[in-house]
Amino acid sequence: MKIYIRDGVIVEKGQEDRLVDTGGLVALPGLVDLHTHLREPGREDAETVLSGSRAAALGGFTAVCAMANTSPVADTAGVVEQVYRLGQEAGLVDVQPIGAVTVGLAGERLAELGAMADSRARVRVFSDDGHCVHDPRLMRRALEYVKAFDGVIAQHAEEPRLTEGAQMHEGTESARLGLTGWPAVAEESIIARDVLLAAHVGARLHICHVSTAGSVEIIRQAKARGIRVTAEVTPHHLLLTHELAGSYDPVYKVNPPLRTERDVNALREGLRDGTIDIIATDHAPHAAEDKECEWAYARPGMLGLETALSIAIHVLGQDWELIADRMSAAPARIAQLANHGQPLRPGSPANFTLVDPAARWTVEPHGLASLSHNTPYAGMVLPGRVVHTYLRGEQTVADGKVTK
Amino acid sequence: MKHLLSAADLDAATATEILDIAASMAAVSGREIKKLPTLRGRTVVNLFYEDSTRTRISFEAAAKRLSADVINFSAKGSSVAKGESLKDTAWTLQAMGADAVVIRHPASGAPHRLANWVEGSVLNAGDGTHEHPTQALLDAYTIRSRMGKIDGLQVAIVGDVLHSRVARSNVLLLTTLGAKVTLVGPPTLVPSELGEYSYDLDAVLPEADVVMMLRVQRERMTDSYFPSAREYSRRYGLDGARVRRMPDHAIVMHPGPMNRGMEITPEVADSPRSTIVEQVTNGVSVRMACLYLLLGGKHS
Repeated sequence: MKIYIRDGVIVEKGQEDRLVDTGGLVALPGLVDLHTHLREPGREDAETVLSGSRAAALGGFTAVCAMANTSPVADTAGVVEQVYRLGQEAGLVDVQPIGAVTVGLAGERLAELGAMADSRARVRVFSDDGHCVHDPRLMRRALEYVKAFDGVIAQHAEEPRLTEGAQMHEGTESARLGLTGWPAVAEESIIARDVLLAAHVGARLHICHVSTAGSVEIIRQAKARGIRVTAEVTPHHLLLTHELAGSYDPVYKVNPPLRTERDVNALREGLRDGTIDIIATDHAPHAAEDKECEWAYARPGMLGLETALSIAIHVLGQDWELIADRMSAAPARIAQLANHGQPLRPGSPANFTLVDPAARWTVEPHGLASLSHNTPYAGMVLPGRVVHTYLRGEQTVADGKVTK
Repeated sequence: MKHLLSAADLDAATATEILDIAASMAAVSGREIKKLPTLRGRTVVNLFYEDSTRTRISFEAAAKRLSADVINFSAKGSSVAKGESLKDTAWTLQAMGADAVVIRHPASGAPHRLANWVEGSVLNAGDGTHEHPTQALLDAYTIRSRMGKIDGLQVAIVGDVLHSRVARSNVLLLTTLGAKVTLVGPPTLVPSELGEYSYDLDAVLPEADVVMMLRVQRERMTDSYFPSAREYSRRYGLDGARVRRMPDHAIVMHPGPMNRGMEITPEVADSPRSTIVEQVTNGVSVRMACLYLLLGGKHS
């Protein structure tokens, strides 16, 4: 297959100023991650916009949505514009900032959502990710308020009173390991409440990192009732289970926690049948000292950008249409990134990635582009490898190496 | 065996071997000179991140009776209080040539982490709400001394199982040794995942050969695990009337420290059925056996 490009846009044969021959590689629209932690500003020792952009490009992404839990929090036009500008300067992927729902992620009063929407960063997705907007009245207001600019609230569904001190999935393993349990109902009760709130105010709702079979069922029913809810699942929740906590190695500590095989199967089924709209990485880099410690003192989160596509291939098989939808078209639509997630045909921006489906590679934590090394897949052999990535016709990854 | 991190590390043969060694150690402890040269020149570090006078003293006495050099490293007022990480502390102990580290830590799994970072043996002396394997060994030793056996006995473990490292280790070890364990307490404090359980103490007592009471912290009621100390005592406290429902041969255990009047009445705690003082005595012998097995390793 040949892709003809002119001025960063895919064109008909003969109009191109450059030509990409995909050879034997699979061409996918550039992947879009709705859930990335880039850690800048604040924790530049763990990740920067540049290092995270490199990891993203290497993972086949052309756009990532940067979560708001930076320091300072992305709760003002100033901070979201700063992150947006850093992304443009890095120039490897489009970095679309997500704005905080509440000031300082404190869950007390709304941040200036409109100012962030009107800023140069054009924020449309708002999230207190890491914290749940647990006050039902505040959540209702947020859902309502962002309708003015067609925004969406991305909820981190975690009833905080049910997860005080929680360390891992509540079940057989938490009981055995003596780690405080994070019960599935803490997620499911918030999702149930929020789909009803979204229906009540006629708003759009997005659920971050769905992790339980019960959540899938609630979202399935909500969609059947016509409620405008979308949902994401992370690669790790599609693959890993709570038994991994048995080593007490906090590389497996994540929020929401790894759950049971039954949950994994329900999430896979939900992803296939469209109940869950997208895969989002929840890429969460952490400095070594925040992971090389006791489980309870470690910070939750895992790297994801460079392994997401391979995990998707592992879980879904080489169903490229499905992967293109769940990892590019659908997340671009939810995030309202008009220039991403488009099919590879004339008129679309030349954002795409070329994948060697036959390649297998071994995950080496120190071989990743991220500044942090907290991948749960260390030593695993994964299928599929990103060979080249193009952003608006510019090559960001060439032969598996980032170009800047 | 390199480390003792969990009672699950022990199969029946190893556990029995430890109890047998402990019996010979107990004989030493009865002598006028309570000391063996076995671990002369070896260094045992007591690394205590939680205050626990009785466990620390027990391990210290055990190591000293085996002639080991003992270093007590308490988190308070040390480099740990200044923010040193467990990993850095591990490296420090490693550099000092610790042959064994006995660790008590408020975080579940901390001994498992430590075992990755030191070359010597790690003994779990209680980690968070996870395990306390030497307590289970001394409880098993005490049961065997009193009852003559463990296999086939009915053991009730009563109280705050959810937060109890003693309960977790005992379930594993006593089950390995052939006992049938029932966990008893209010549903809020008894995770069903750990094994057989009952919410009705009075139904369990007539069948029990061993009743092990767990310490229940009064603070649990502020977290709504139960309404009040009084209601807890009424439903799950062991008093004289309840003890009289137990078989005549049955014993009452408690790992200490007790909340007299909460989970156990003074009448019961001080009765001939109570093994509470023996448990403390046996603790030293059992810990000697553990150190001997991990560091000496020459037992045949």
